[in-house]
Amino acid sequence: MMPKIRSWRFFLRLAPLALSLPLGGCDWAVLNPKGPIGDGNATLLVDSVAIMLVIVVPTIIATLGIAWWFRSSNERAFYLPDWENSGQLELIVWAIPLLTIMLLGGVTWIGAHDLDPAKPLVSKEEPLNVQVVSLDWKWLFIYPDQHVASVNRLVIPADTPIRFSLTSGSVMTAFFVPQLGSMIYTMNRMRTQLYLKADEPGVFRGLATQIAGDGFADMHFEVEAKTSTDFYAWLGQARGGGPALTPESYIELSKQSVVPTPYTFQTVSDGLFEKVLDQTLPPGPGPVAETDPGQMVAATSQLCVGRRN
Amino acid sequence: MFGRLTWDAIPWGQPIPLAAGGFVVLVLVGGVAFITLKGWVPFLWREYITSVDHKRIGVMYVTLAAVMLLRGFSDALLMRSQQAFAFQSGGYLPPEHYNQIFSAHGTIMIFFVAMPFVIGLMNIVVPLQLGVRDVAFPTLNSVSFWLTATGALLVNLSLVVGNFSRTGWLPFPPLSELNYSPDVGVDYYLWGVQISGVGTLLTGVNFVTTILKIHAPGMTYMRMPIFTWTSLATSLLLVAAFPVLTATLAMLTLDRYLGFHFFTNEAGGNVMMFMNLIWIWGHPEVYILILPAFGVFSEVVATFSRKTLFGYRSMVLATMAICLISYTVWLHHFFTMGAGANVNAVFGIASMIIAVPTGVKIFNWMFTMYGGRVHYASPMLWSIGFMVTFVIGGLTGVLVAVVPADFMLHNSLFQVAHFHNVIIGGVLFGMFAGYTFWFPKAFGFRLHEGWGKAAFWCWFFGFYLAFMPLYVTGLMGMTRRMQHYDVPEWYPWILVAGLGALVVLAGIACQITQLVVSIRHREELRDLTGDPWGGRTLEWSTSSPPPAFNFAVLPHVESKDDYWYKEHSLDRRPEPEPQYQAIEVPRNSATGFVCAFFATFGGFGMIWQIWWLVIVALLGAFATFVVFAWRDRTEYEISAEEVARIDRANRLARSQARAALQAAE
Amino acid sequence: MTAFEAGAGYGGQNRGGGPVTILGGGSEPLVSHADGSPASRRIIVGYGFWIFLLSDIIMFSAFFATFAVLSSETAGGPSGKDLFNLTNVAIETAFLLLSSFTCGIATIGARARNDLMYYGGMALTALFGAGFLYLEIHEFVGMIAQGAGPSRSAFLSAFFTLVGCHGVHVTLGLLWLLTMMAQVFAKGYRADILRRVLCFGLFWHTLDIIWVAIFTVVYLLGSG
Repeated sequence: MMPKIRSWRFFLRLAPLALSLPLGGCDWAVLNPKGPIGDGNATLLVDSVAIMLVIVVPTIIATLGIAWWFRSSNERAFYLPDWENSGQLELIVWAIPLLTIMLLGGVTWIGAHDLDPAKPLVSKEEPLNVQVVSLDWKWLFIYPDQHVASVNRLVIPADTPIRFSLTSGSVMTAFFVPQLGSMIYTMNRMRTQLYLKADEPGVFRGLATQIAGDGFADMHFEVEAKTSTDFYAWLGQARGGGPALTPESYIELSKQSVVPTPYTFQTVSDGLFEKVLDQTLPPGPGPVAETDPGQMVAATSQLCVGRRN
Repeated sequence: MFGRLTWDAIPWGQPIPLAAGGFVVLVLVGGVAFITLKGWVPFLWREYITSVDHKRIGVMYVTLAAVMLLRGFSDALLMRSQQAFAFQSGGYLPPEHYNQIFSAHGTIMIFFVAMPFVIGLMNIVVPLQLGVRDVAFPTLNSVSFWLTATGALLVNLSLVVGNFSRTGWLPFPPLSELNYSPDVGVDYYLWGVQISGVGTLLTGVNFVTTILKIHAPGMTYMRMPIFTWTSLATSLLLVAAFPVLTATLAMLTLDRYLGFHFFTNEAGGNVMMFMNLIWIWGHPEVYILILPAFGVFSEVVATFSRKTLFGYRSMVLATMAICLISYTVWLHHFFTMGAGANVNAVFGIASMIIAVPTGVKIFNWMFTMYGGRVHYASPMLWSIGFMVTFVIGGLTGVLVAVVPADFMLHNSLFQVAHFHNVIIGGVLFGMFAGYTFWFPKAFGFRLHEGWGKAAFWCWFFGFYLAFMPLYVTGLMGMTRRMQHYDVPEWYPWILVAGLGALVVLAGIACQITQLVVSIRHREELRDLTGDPWGGRTLEWSTSSPPPAFNFAVLPHVESKDDYWYKEHSLDRRPEPEPQYQAIEVPRNSATGFVCAFFATFGGFGMIWQIWWLVIVALLGAFATFVVFAWRDRTEYEISAEEVARIDRANRLARSQARAALQAAE
Repeated sequence: MTAFEAGAGYGGQNRGGGPVTILGGGSEPLVSHADGSPASRRIIVGYGFWIFLLSDIIMFSAFFATFAVLSSETAGGPSGKDLFNLTNVAIETAFLLLSSFTCGIATIGARARNDLMYYGGMALTALFGAGFLYLEIHEFVGMIAQGAGPSRSAFLSAFFTLVGCHGVHVTLGLLWLLTMMAQVFAKGYRADILRRVLCFGLFWHTLDIIWVAIFTVVYLLGSG
């Protein structure tokens, strides 16, 4: 038996935590979008839940109500021991879910088309091209038209559509910025496409959402939407210093490691992304060869120790 | 000589796996020693291990499921506690451990808890409900069980020798390919799941044949109980889906062992092919799990509402509709792979259509209670708890079928909460209801009701406490399988989820206590009538437990719920004694056990690349097949006198117990 | 007296007064179970084996689908056009078709308890099957020797697996065939052994059907 007093105290300590929980609702990233794609997705999400709650809440109440009213000890409840069929009721029972699903199906058809990741974003601004390469265990963002690249920090101009071309330099994973919009898989030898836009300047969290190996939890990145002026300032800064992204430095980068502090490349070789796509630059090697396959990979165990920046 | 196996395969340098492995070895060795010293080995060998009786095999399946539930749940506790500690910290489980733990958790829960539980209940109940003596292929049934046990053994062996896969419960390439996962982890997974998959496929074949071809006289298809119908749908899905799993895992195995290029990055391999194939299996798999649970609820709700199930034909139609449609929705597991709007939308809509027959079932259960007399025995509590919980899980499921919503929620803790919602609230609650409901039939005494109710409430509240916060963190952008994180908003919810896991632990403790207490007090809980609940279907016409041959004389069925109608008909006369005849019963066979023995060594040999061991195992398996095929006597006879004696004793006990109960009222 | 009472010997009247088998005896009158009653053992075994064969066909379908998707992924290496020898395939097909015919003879012979037909048919089936396997292994070895082995490209991985899986089934079938010949030799034409011969026949014919699909999809379409 748990010592009763101790358990009550534990719950008391949790109480302030519990009270604060519902109040944070406005900060739930998926429901707090900062861009049109995220906004579209979130609207659909909320609307679909609302439509379904109209069916689900009465169903739950009816279930509990019926189970309660017709309990065997209730003398007042009628008893229909042989009532097992009703054509009319069957019609309603099939119709309600069917109609709901037809509604939601229509919503889905339209939504899937409107919000398809590869569908270009309409805007007065010209889209900015960003090429994304997922590596073990970091994100490489290449700005092909600006000839710079960045690791683990994606800087974009606000109010501008970003045209992402994504691939993987190793295993399959997924690119996701919850407050801006849809996630999309990255796969080696394949190019996926995504359009996102941040309405206003801000800082957002990005992460990998498909297990990619031991360093998976460290595959998060910062997304900074800046004003146009600030964006060009950042570009200038990036061009001003830092290493060069060449096939050789890419090969180094593709080895398994974690990058705790984001940094930039001041130049990018032409067509580097395409070389990753057609495997001229081969996919990253896996873990360092173990001398003893029975042993666990000790090399990556340092990842778990707190290395927050 | 020993392939890749060396002494370093045992995790000497890692305290947590070493302690865990050591504990398991101790429990196993201790258990075996205890059983041997008590002299139970001949009994167990004769009555269970070599038994080909569906009731015994079913009990072994459920036992395997229960033991594996403890292992899988331990993994869950480790995961929840790691995440509770790992806020802006590394926690206590480094990634190479944590990743194995969540992979093992999912693999064990799906393949070695949910599947055996479902198949176990099907085994115990379906032949009795059909009014027949056994399944179509009893020895094959035993082989199926023992191959499943082999898979479970191999997966658990990875705790002690080597390590387990770190890819999650489905080994997506290229992460699962040799260059990114060079160690034996994925190989343990592949061989454990592959071998048990063969057993499961054979179960499907067995039950499809049994349900479609072996019925008591008069039992047409539309007089079969709903649990049997759902078992049929599940068995059809087993036959249709598991071959795809076999093929897909074989392809990954060939990639890893012989350098093939099905799914590699190089030489033209295609990752998307794996995703399609594995989910063509994976989606029917979850319907394989839930359909028998639906069947359990149909039986339980009708029995404990003292009313016929509402809308039998609708329920049959809904069951077969779910069976069929489940094969057409697989792409919803990877909307975010970029297949394009048309493809995504079609699969999204198909996924929603499956909610229609499911909704119909919920309404029909409601109408069964309506106008009934509901008794809140613990199986009914599980059922009502299911109806409320599963509907929420269904809502979130249809939600992630809305393609743009899935773009935000795929692989998040929201998705994790959704599938635990339907698997725990649906499958597990159903299995627990069925376990309580049919326990007296299998063992002759009921389970203690008080502990059963306590277990239900702990599981019910524990589930909500553990998983509702995960819906929230999913909406906050938290993805699954994170070994550590640094987002403050997520932290309090993760703590609450950890608390929920502890409440579930209390529920499991109640269930273990329930079992111990029930065994201790079995005489008081004895079921002498064979029908402790006022059941409706044929299994309740037998004694508890039934004799080896189930029915001395096969019943003549005249309607559905035939047993209930005959029990409650107004002009009920005591049944005249039937004309007894000798019955031939299939002999016990060690085929299953020996097959599994060779399969275990063969699997182990493949994992560690000990090729001579593999050859020996293959030869042994073939030899077992030949020995089995060479049997001359496959059945033994129970004489008519013996049948009469057993049946008369049962009938007498039943009528005496009935009379005693009536006198007491 | 309904059909089931007359024949299958369950629960109701049993003419012989002998033991009632759990799952229906070897008694042969085919019982109609539209009225719901257990089918005969022969039907049960045959039906169950058909279900198993269907599952096997589904497994092959997964390999076919994979082959179709990967057939163009030659990774700069040889394609079907470069590798396939259609004469060889034609002879393999002839062997399998003939073996199906001789298997049919053997099955009829077993039911008629005719040693010559049974053993002769089975032996010829084994011969044709072995001939098929010889040609197939020869083809595989040749391809590997010229650097077109399964690890060369995804297309070749899919080819070797699909065709090889069929070959493995033929090999296991041959083992089963020899076992069935030994069984009849040791125990005669017993009812349960006849059921197994029936199942073997179903298996062998199914392999033939799958081969037809293979030579169409893989060889004919691949060479075109």
